[in-house]
Amino acid sequence: MRIVLERRLTPSRNMQYLSPLLAIVLSLVTFFIIFVLSGIDPLKALYIYFVEPLTAVWSIEDLLVKAVPIILIAIGLAFCYQSAVWNIGAEGQLAAGALAGSIIPVMFPSLQGPAVITAMILMGIAGGMAYAAIPAILKIRFNANETLTTLMLVYVANLFLDYMARGPWRDPAGFNFPNSRPFSEGQILPVIAGDSVRLSIVFMLVAVVVAWFLTTKTMTGFKIRVLGLSPRAGSFGGFSRDKMVMLTFLISGGLAGLAGICEVAGPIGQLRTTVSPGYGFTAIIVAFLGRLHPFGILIAGLLLALSYMGGEGAQVAIGLSDQTTQVFQGMLLFYVLACDSFIYYRLKFVREPVLDAATVR
Amino acid sequence: MRQRFGDVMTMLEGILLTIVTAATPLLFAAIGELVAERSGVLNLGVEGMMAVGAVCGFAAASTTGNPLIGVLAAIIAGMLAASLFGIVALFFVANQNATGVALTLFGLGLSGLIGDSFVGTPGIPIPKVDIPVFSDLPVVGRLIFGEDPFVYAAVVLAIATWWFLFKTRGGLIVRAVGDNAASAHALGFSVLRTRFLAVLFGGACAGLGGAYLSLVYTPQWTQAMTAGRGWIALALVVFASWLPGRLVAGALLFGAVSILQLHAQAIGIGIPSQFLSMLPYIVTVIALVVISRNRALLSVNTPACLGRPFVADT
Repeated sequence: MRIVLERRLTPSRNMQYLSPLLAIVLSLVTFFIIFVLSGIDPLKALYIYFVEPLTAVWSIEDLLVKAVPIILIAIGLAFCYQSAVWNIGAEGQLAAGALAGSIIPVMFPSLQGPAVITAMILMGIAGGMAYAAIPAILKIRFNANETLTTLMLVYVANLFLDYMARGPWRDPAGFNFPNSRPFSEGQILPVIAGDSVRLSIVFMLVAVVVAWFLTTKTMTGFKIRVLGLSPRAGSFGGFSRDKMVMLTFLISGGLAGLAGICEVAGPIGQLRTTVSPGYGFTAIIVAFLGRLHPFGILIAGLLLALSYMGGEGAQVAIGLSDQTTQVFQGMLLFYVLACDSFIYYRLKFVREPVLDAATVR
Repeated sequence: MRQRFGDVMTMLEGILLTIVTAATPLLFAAIGELVAERSGVLNLGVEGMMAVGAVCGFAAASTTGNPLIGVLAAIIAGMLAASLFGIVALFFVANQNATGVALTLFGLGLSGLIGDSFVGTPGIPIPKVDIPVFSDLPVVGRLIFGEDPFVYAAVVLAIATWWFLFKTRGGLIVRAVGDNAASAHALGFSVLRTRFLAVLFGGACAGLGGAYLSLVYTPQWTQAMTAGRGWIALALVVFASWLPGRLVAGALLFGAVSILQLHAQAIGIGIPSQFLSMLPYIVTVIALVVISRNRALLSVNTPACLGRPFVADT
């Protein structure tokens, strides 16, 4: 007997909701087994990882702070992936946004106030867009594979960020630490709730709602999806593939840039040699776990932010390596992708035909 | 005068030697990916497989004291990592781009987890091959007759891969599966099995490339030591338009870029080190653009079913 995949006549609606849940459960079970095998009390570890961060107000706030950039980026990436544009370089676009947005606070410390913050944010978005436009142009004009170009540009952006923070933009009064000068009070996004939840959470919520409206209610969203599912059908419909490539790159680059400036003009408060612990890559997982749907991404982003929080807690409490979080995230993506295939396929058990004289004849 | 000339030649020999060693891990990883892509599978997880190979190779070598066991462990680890990709992308028909990214994230994390206790452990040196008399020849002597065994293995592997792909029935099947999976299936070849084996080969080669990094190139383990080489190897396959011969040339070219920028950093030519470190990545992008702009030339050798999932109708 063999097990084969059989295409469903229509995609399963139930599985669309069940598959991410199934993936999460499978990841937790796998983690449980790994903990048992490595001699760590699994229940305690899972509690520290996924429950404890939710038991204190400060850590729930911290969870939201971490979720904001991840969700912002994932919302943008979902546009790309829906139209089969493989932008995996959001981490670099985030750095570009952080750099462009830091021009005013680093070079003109005296400029402050709401208008200045607005300008910083717009520059951050523009920086991310400009950086994302490079792979878009290379793809449209020269047919260069965007997966590879976007990833290469992550290294370039991070090295440039490192250069700026150590070199020209290093704080002269900063005891030689590789940081820019701390941004002034009037150059940092205001706290709007609790002790640390800043205005950026509003940007994130707006992005979720606007993205939902764009994808489900407008012609542009429709075009993006059609071109992703079938470029041929899209071209028959008169939709320009090149325009959509540029558009999705600009949206995702802009949102990654926004995430970048919101980090440096928010929780970090200055430009450093690194401004993200891999949010740009985590967002890829979040986009898929959220099934490329804005509301799904919102939930998935909170969950992955929780895994960052839990990772930090587990490092302190039971000495778990900080790499554990990345292993969990990578494993989760594997499970999500595998479970997603049950939306379109179902398992079928095929009995091998028994060959005997009667059947062969 | 004669003395100066000798110095220059020694330096040149040194640079050429390091270029070859920088090219070797790229060549290993790229050969494996080339075979996988020839069978129609785009595995973006090369970086992750290299990292897992690097750490497992190092861990096995330093615990047993035997570098050969390290190499074997790296190959097996690379294949195990590749099989994860194979199961999800081939048998569960998941999107290959996304699955490859998952493998890279997972592999980088796992390598850090395994390698945590090996940071700072000194590596086990692997002796260089030394053919007497010949290796004393000026300039070319050590370059051709005194490399480490991996370098020869990589060259042999490239030639063997070319021979397999273009001169054997097995290679024909691999290419048939990559160019027209439906027809190959109709002819009775198992598309999934062929692809899975090609992916496993890719994993073995990437693991070997990783082991070269942690056992020979910089004989130690450091977090994220693959530094994007897996991605550069992926770009190399495109750059070589899926031909093993061009892969060797491409690997040497990229090896040269990464070594020359290191030399430039050491000499200190007034350019900030970060800009020199960017060079290999920028050159990769430029190389991709130069090759990809000629769509006609590229399409001759591009496997027609590259990245397209296959499900047999039952």
